[in-house]
Amino acid sequence: MIQLEISDKHQETYNNARMLAEHMMRPYSRKYDKAEHTYPEEMEEVAKLLAGSRSATTDGGKSDGDTSAVKNGGNMGATIGMQALAWGDLGLFLAIPGSGLGNAAINAVGTPEQREKYAKAYAAMCITEPGTGSDSANISTTAVRDGDEWVINGEKIYVTDGERSDTLVVWATLDKSLGKAAIKSFIVEKGTPGCEVTRLEHKMGIRASDTAAISFNDCRIPLDNILGSAEIATDDAGRKKAFGGVMQTFDNTRPPVAAMAVGIARAALDMTREILAEEDIQLDFNKKPSNVSAIEAELYKMESEYEGARLLVLKAAWMADNGQPNSKEASMCKAKAGRMGNYVTLRCVELCQSLGYSEQRLLEKFARDSKIVDIFEGTQQIQQLIVARQVLGKSSSELK
Amino acid sequence: MNAQAEERLFDLTRDDDQRMNQDTMQRFATNEIRATAKDADEAGATPEGFYDKTAELGLSLLPIPEALGGAGMARSPVSNALNAEDLAWGDLALTLGAITPQAFVNTVLDQGSDAQQEKYLPRFCEGIFVPATTALMEPRATFDPMQPQCTATAIANGYSLSGSKCMVPLGESAELVLVIAQLEGKGPAAFIVEGTPEGMTRTREDHMGLRTLELASLTFDDVQLPGDALLGDCSFDLQRFVNLSRLGLCALAVGCCQGVLDYVKEYVNERVAFGEPISNRQAVAFMVADMAIELEAMRLMTWRAASLAEQGLDFHEQAYLAKVACAEHGMKIGTDGVQLLGGHGFCREHPVEIWYRNLRAIAILDGVASV
Repeated sequence: MIQLEISDKHQETYNNARMLAEHMMRPYSRKYDKAEHTYPEEMEEVAKLLAGSRSATTDGGKSDGDTSAVKNGGNMGATIGMQALAWGDLGLFLAIPGSGLGNAAINAVGTPEQREKYAKAYAAMCITEPGTGSDSANISTTAVRDGDEWVINGEKIYVTDGERSDTLVVWATLDKSLGKAAIKSFIVEKGTPGCEVTRLEHKMGIRASDTAAISFNDCRIPLDNILGSAEIATDDAGRKKAFGGVMQTFDNTRPPVAAMAVGIARAALDMTREILAEEDIQLDFNKKPSNVSAIEAELYKMESEYEGARLLVLKAAWMADNGQPNSKEASMCKAKAGRMGNYVTLRCVELCQSLGYSEQRLLEKFARDSKIVDIFEGTQQIQQLIVARQVLGKSSSELK
Repeated sequence: MNAQAEERLFDLTRDDDQRMNQDTMQRFATNEIRATAKDADEAGATPEGFYDKTAELGLSLLPIPEALGGAGMARSPVSNALNAEDLAWGDLALTLGAITPQAFVNTVLDQGSDAQQEKYLPRFCEGIFVPATTALMEPRATFDPMQPQCTATAIANGYSLSGSKCMVPLGESAELVLVIAQLEGKGPAAFIVEGTPEGMTRTREDHMGLRTLELASLTFDDVQLPGDALLGDCSFDLQRFVNLSRLGLCALAVGCCQGVLDYVKEYVNERVAFGEPISNRQAVAFMVADMAIELEAMRLMTWRAASLAEQGLDFHEQAYLAKVACAEHGMKIGTDGVQLLGGHGFCREHPVEIWYRNLRAIAILDGVASV
């Protein structure tokens, strides 16, 4: 039955996370925006509470064995919780121990043993290299087998939580001449000799989150630390499948990242409407957009864009919960939410004029933080490319 | 509709009836609507017998109680919106014409008295098309749907109606017109006008689009109406009427934009320039991607608002936001549809120029297509 309100259980998830965001994140927003690279110790408490609520929540939907029934499960729950936490502060959210993308990767493709071993890890994801961004099939970091070990060599940048994490998931190639089929991911524990954090980036936004450059020099890890199979597919279909498996992680991570943009946009809109209400500018959702003041028309437009992005995120997550392939929808929601979050936060600053631009409030910070969401986990343009290929039925060699 | 009793879940799955309907509507949209839309647009008239064929779809009679000859189905804004969406894939204007009587029926069911339902609804259950319409808009640049200026005054045994309406679908031929006016001393009210009483004139309007819709302006100069012409008990919920109409308009926009997307997809994959299909270029492909993205957002927003309405929940804000999205992005999709075909899109050999002209109306229309 077509019904687009979230379940009571997920509404509760949202309310709880939102409470946490309001009382345990917002108060520290400005502090750690100013004190870049300082470890936000207050987030440890948030991490504990989140871990508690996660284990208390079982998968949503019907659990009476009826597999045909519609499910509102973990994927939806994650995007909904994410909206609330990003409403609090995106930088601080990314600094919450255990929130790393590496954890998502281990959970998605790890063996039961790996999942258990790293259940409590704080795992960061190392993909990007100085010479390789969106074209992740082109990475140069190598993994070479030497007896019972893999030897990793290369340089990774833009590793979110790179310094604070205790575990890394590293993309490396077994043989660059074999193309993307030879790209595998490996679990590297921090402190392994040869693995070193070389630099922390200074950024425009999400300054509470550390972004590191990490180098691997003859870094030796156990053979078991490969995620997935070590075999390199030899035929075309196998090659496609192998890399596709790695890329599939993104189908699961893009909706939650898109949800970050939804959360920041909500934060900016809430604050802007509060500020404008003091000057008696309020929305009644009544007069035609062509008959209202420019400022009201803009508020309506932002609310409308926000709602469209929010529903696209929910759809992509709902499809994942119900076992439907959602690669196109994951990219659609990321594209829409990414540009919406950036547009809304920047416009909110503009509408509130000096109050928006000033560091006395957080609107300017939302506008700085939001930009990264349209970049990481696949830029706006990469998402458009993926959507376009799927809509038009094009291969990556036809539509480059 | 006992969703309240069960656990409420986010769900985008059509139910069995809606799936079956989708097949029927899509077939009709392809065979009867798309196939005739271009000639109809050029002629500025619906094809002979078109509306009678739409009557066979039973759109109007479904929610009418069995006692009055209808199918007695629960009135479903979601199903109505889905039908409008699927049909509008064929053509927006022809579809709007086809569902215009349904908007009249829905409003009478929604806000009319039992006596009015008994009096007016059985004729919609006879398998023929009954031209009936709703008239809210007025010819002013700053017209606001919540502030109609057409006025009604209570007189002995009834009401006197004066003022002008415009962009009334089927306005020339409608046998029944629901006219929204300010009832002096009371506020907004709706009146059922039968035929063309003395003092009422109908004038055909020509617009840039919606050319088959037979849009007309209606003027009322001290038109005398009987007492039972007043819909319901005189507390007409204009906001609800406008909101339900926004849902219908959004559904039409979604369907039409799906038509644009499907059409340009094929075109850009076939059209060759510089030795390869133009869809191999990001400048073209990204426009198509954005069309698909914004269209899906429009659809979900429309569905959400319709579903809230169906559950009896407040859908005022969501209907408004959906219309903002459909007006803005619907027009963008319409204009990009022409752009992607270049000069070919500007010429009438392709339907994209019709869709461009029709989609402009979504932002403007109010008070029609109520679901």
